Amino acid sequence: MDIRTMINEETRTLEVFPGESLAALLRRYGYLEVRTGCDTGSCGLCTVWMDGKPILSCSTLAARAAGHSITTIKGVGKEGENLAKFLVAEGADQCGYCSPGFIMTVLSMKKELKNPTESAIKHYLNGNLCRCTGYEGQTRAIKKWLVSSKGA
Amino acid sequence: MLNMKKYVAPETLQDAWSLYSTNPNNVILGGCAFLRLGKKKIATGIDLCNLGLDYIKDHEDYVEVGAMTKISAFATHKHITQNFKNILPDCVENIVGVSFRNTATIGGSVFGRYGFSDIVTALLALNAEIELYKGGHMTLSRYLKAPPKFDILTAIRIPKDKDGRYHYASMRHSSGDFPMLTTAVCRTDQGYTLSVGARPLRAQKAKKAMAYLNDILKTAEQVGENHLQMASELVCEELSFGSNMRAKEAYRKHLCKVLILRGLKEVSNGH
Repeated sequence: MDIRTMINEETRTLEVFPGESLAALLRRYGYLEVRTGCDTGSCGLCTVWMDGKPILSCSTLAARAAGHSITTIKGVGKEGENLAKFLVAEGADQCGYCSPGFIMTVLSMKKELKNPTESAIKHYLNGNLCRCTGYEGQTRAIKKWLVSSKGA
Repeated sequence: MLNMKKYVAPETLQDAWSLYSTNPNNVILGGCAFLRLGKKKIATGIDLCNLGLDYIKDHEDYVEVGAMTKISAFATHKHITQNFKNILPDCVENIVGVSFRNTATIGGSVFGRYGFSDIVTALLALNAEIELYKGGHMTLSRYLKAPPKFDILTAIRIPKDKDGRYHYASMRHSSGDFPMLTTAVCRTDQGYTLSVGARPLRAQKAKKAMAYLNDILKTAEQVGENHLQMASELVCEELSFGSNMRAKEAYRKHLCKVLILRGLKEVSNGH
């Protein structure tokens, strides 16, 4: 079946297989910035936005993207790039495999929470796993990025 | 993701039911978060996403939640937080992460009757009722005890109590993991309601402990700490617990006593 959807503000008509996940669909059409990890809905690597809200693309049926707007990390523009710089500066980006999903969740946290505490940040990012860093560098980076974003 | 031959998103419940009832290998698609972990070969996946079941309505005596409402929307909606304080946000806050909660649905959690469900434990203590397309209206308590239903869950109703006091607690190895025990304690005009889930069996009310506390409410002016202690012991005696990879039976029993007592103290404080 074909669906019409908006991906990174571009309207696309895509062929979807009945049981296909959104992550598999996006990767099949070249959106390789969407990563897959556990494939059980636990790690957050595959996080994209549907209508501005973070979802797990590995646990969302591709057919459900019909009529909705999907945003991958390539669709978030400068804000994502800016956050990535903070992550690099704090040594929080080692293998980098979890970064796209992680950044998508941090950006939605910024939209949702006003002045989050360290505990609120950690709690919001609960579903995004990183096997390299131990999260300390990421927490530092996010706090610094939030302060810098306020001043911008 | 799913081994599925055909995908359909009907526009009416009647169409969904017609499709569902024609082949035992046809499956209703809710949030799909748990369904995808199985290996079932699905003939036709019937997606409920076009049926308008994603809503939360505030009625005079209850709040009605459509089965396709996402867990995150459910827990943070003003009708939920205004009427039931923190019990529902508390019960979902450790369910994996934000992205997962924006994917999974309340109907999927309830209809699946999963033993590990935080939501079922809280809803049971809130005396929630469910609406099935064919089976009609029934209490969640009855649904949890009934044999598996061949039906479509359309809504959940949670009765209101303006002076209700609520407490939810769970114990996990790590934040975001499946719980090794969940407890919910409510005190409303009807008295106390206690439920325990992830035993690892599905959630159940502790009826003897509830009766004990509610009898004291009728006779004594105030429920004392000794009564609360006794009730927490009764809960552990009357409910069965089991062992699995997350916790042993004895540990679950011990946890249950502590968490229930904590909840009872919280909801009884000031009454």
